[in-house]
Order: sequence, then C-alpha cells, then structure tokens
Amino acid sequence: MWTWFYKLASPPYVYGAAAALVPWFLGAAALALGYGLIDGLAIAPPDYQQGDAFRMIYVHVPSALLSLTVYTVMAAASAVALIWRIKVGHAVSAAAAPIGASFTLLALVTGSLWGRPMWGTYWAWDPRLTSELILLFLYVGVMSLRSAFEDPERGDRAAALLATVGVVNVPIVHFSVVWWNSLHQGATIVKLGAPSMAGSMLWPLLSMWLGFMLFFAAVLCIRLQGEVLNRERQTKWVREAIMVRREVKS
Amino acid sequence: MNVGSQVGSIEAFTLIVRRELCLSFRRPDQLLQPLVFFLIVTTLFPLGLSLQLSLLRDMAPGVLWVAALLSSLLSVDSLFKSDADDGTLEQLALCGQGLTVIVVAKTFAHWLVSGAALVLVSPVVGTALGIPTGVFPTMMLSLTLGTLTLSWLGAIGAGLTVGLKRGNVLLSLIVLPLAMPLLIFGAGATDRAISGSSAAGALYFLAALCVFTCTLAPFAATVALRITLE
Repeated sequence: MWTWFYKLASPPYVYGAAAALVPWFLGAAALALGYGLIDGLAIAPPDYQQGDAFRMIYVHVPSALLSLTVYTVMAAASAVALIWRIKVGHAVSAAAAPIGASFTLLALVTGSLWGRPMWGTYWAWDPRLTSELILLFLYVGVMSLRSAFEDPERGDRAAALLATVGVVNVPIVHFSVVWWNSLHQGATIVKLGAPSMAGSMLWPLLSMWLGFMLFFAAVLCIRLQGEVLNRERQTKWVREAIMVRREVKS
Repeated sequence: MNVGSQVGSIEAFTLIVRRELCLSFRRPDQLLQPLVFFLIVTTLFPLGLSLQLSLLRDMAPGVLWVAALLSSLLSVDSLFKSDADDGTLEQLALCGQGLTVIVVAKTFAHWLVSGAALVLVSPVVGTALGIPTGVFPTMMLSLTLGTLTLSWLGAIGAGLTVGLKRGNVLLSLIVLPLAMPLLIFGAGATDRAISGSSAAGALYFLAALCVFTCTLAPFAATVALRITLE
C-alpha cells in the first residue's frame, strides 16, 4: 500500500521532479510578485494614517508568514524522515533551513525599518518581535547542530529531532499577539469575520504572499537538487545524471 | 539470561535515582557549583545596576529567572556526559530496561540536586534582591515548575550534544530558545505577585508547560540519546 509513497520519496525521483518543477514555480512567482509589486507600490492608495510607509507591509508580512511556513515545512520533513526513515526528508529539511532563516532575518529587518517611522524606534521588546528573533535562533540552532556532527547521518537525525521539538515554538510565535497585549497590531487577514483592510490594499498583499510562497518553492527545489546530489554522490544514478548533463552541454 | 529484565521499571527507576544521588553527594563541591553560580550571577546584577531597592525589586524576577536558567543549563551539560564517556550509559542502555526509564531517572535525579536545591536557595536571593516575603510562595512554586521543565528541555539538549566535543555552547543555543516561554511566564508570575495582582494565570500556564514537557520530553530525550549513542 505504501510502495507509491516510498517510490515518490526515492532520491532519483525527487531530483527529477525538483528539476522539472523549478521553471514552473519561478514563472508563477514572477507573475505573482510582479503584479503584487506594481499594484502594491504604485497603484494601491496610501494609508490614511501611515501614508506611503505602509507599503512596507508588502514585503514584511509575507516574509514573516513565510518564516513560520518554512519552519513548519522543515519540521514536517524532519518528522517524516525520523518516523519513516525516509532520507529525502533530511535533504528537504537541510535545504529549507537557510531559506527560512533568511525570511526570518528579512522579516526582522523590514520590521525594524518600518518600526522607525511608525513606532519611533527600530526595536521594541515586543513579544512578537522577540519571538521572531527566537525563531531565528531556532533556525541557527538546527543548522549548527546539523553541521556539528562529523557523521552527516547522525547530524541529520539530531537536527531533525530538534526541528520537530522546536515546532512547539511556532504556534507560540503566532499566538503571542493574542496572548500578550502589545505594541504590535493584531491579526489583519486571518481572523473570523471580514478582513480589516481595504480590498485595494489587500489584493496586492495576497498576491505578494502567493509570490513569496512560489519563490520559496522554487528556491527549495533548486537547493534540494544540490542536497540530493551531494548525499547520493556515491550512487550510480548520480553519475549517470551528471553524464547526461555534460552531454547536453557539450 | 538478561538479569536486568528481572527488575521492574519502578525498581530500576529508584535504583538509578539512588545511584545518581549517591554519586552527586560524594562530590559535594560539584553539587554546590551550580548553586554558587546562581548566587554569583544574582550578586552581579545589583553591583552592575544600582543599590536602589525599588529599582532592584522591579528587576528581581527577571534576574532570578535568568540566573536560574543559566545555572540549570550549566549543570545539565554533565547529565549524560561522564556516563557516556566511561561507557556506563551504553551498559545501562543494554541492561534490558527501556532507555526511557533510565533517562527519566537520571533527569529526575538531576532536578533533585540542581533544580530543587535552587528553589530552596531562592528565598535567600529573593531577600537580597528586595522581593517581599509574602511573594516567596509564588516565587518558589513558579521556580519549582520552571526548573523541572528546564531539566527536561536540558535533557533533550544534553542528549543531542552528548557525543560532541564542544557541545556546551551548542547546548545553550538549542535549549535557551525553547525556554523562552518559561522565562516570560515565570518572571511574569513573580512580577504580578510583587505588584499585588493575581499570579494564578501565569502559574497555571507554567504548570501546563511543565506537564506538557514532562510527558513528551522523556521520549524526545530518549530519541536524542539513541541518535548519538548508536
């Protein structure tokens, strides 16, 4: 019953699928980001309180959302790899970690740049900001634990366990807005009832979010190819795949 | 015939706890080090900040909790290390008892000599930092729940880093982010008690975190240890 699952998770299949998917993801990401940027930065009306500075939202919110999404993807892949001993899961986890850390850093930097004109400070010890910073530390922890072991397989499994344990932190980050009354504004999009944002501002934001997701998928596929090749470098199919590439190039 | 399998889990648990306690009490200096560290760190803050008791009292819960966190982290590093170095841990793992029983026993014994001792010392530190005597029950209860949770988080970290030569810094990097909610609610509970409002909410939350960690962390720590032992 599970044979299709294992076939799907075999390294050559994953390598081929990732290679085939990259152009699609990249193209779709370019469309979504293009529309989002043009509409968000040029067409959408300025905010009545924040003026044009609100446009930071089009980078800040998608990257903050992605920082959580990527962590969930990483933890899910790690859990799959730990439980069913599917090695590709470790490759996905290792490929996703630096991307997630970059999105987290981007969210922190854009947030602090946005905070300066709006709150009058680059950094406030607001629980949400702190949690995002802690998320960055979690990413760094997972990445450095993976590289701390001389035996890569052991490092993979240790990092996978840490990522699975650390996923507890993801809901805490997300709901900290609700738990602690803070400087940060509450949820705008994902809540019961109508979103508290005008459609003309909301559509570009959703498009940017979609674009970020697609961009993440594309980068993940590119990095995943590298990870799979590196992990399987002793096998026959890798040698064949590289030979085919060389022939195509020459 | 495997001798270990004739011993029940509870018996194995008490035997290991007794062994751990015996080992700790034979080296009283090592037993006292985390406590002295706790006292030193809490002494540093008044020296670095100011002698105003009102200001100190505002900072006290945070200082107390950060010091407890660091002290617990310092001692948890050696939780599995010496046993892993001389092969005792592998023997224990092979003795026929589940590894989880061993991990639970060792972590509990570690908490008794580090966390529980820290809770007992905390009134002294609390007095020095100007925390009112009436707040001590809340403070000690929050520290009890917090150190128990910390010991468990530390056990996961120690299990993951036990095979590494320089795992100490990595251990902090792994455990401290996970301990953030503890710090917030632990210091929050003490803070609320000092300002006279009800600390029940924060204490309940700490208790929830404690129960959650005590139920799930043993398995995570076991898996961690198995990964590094194999």
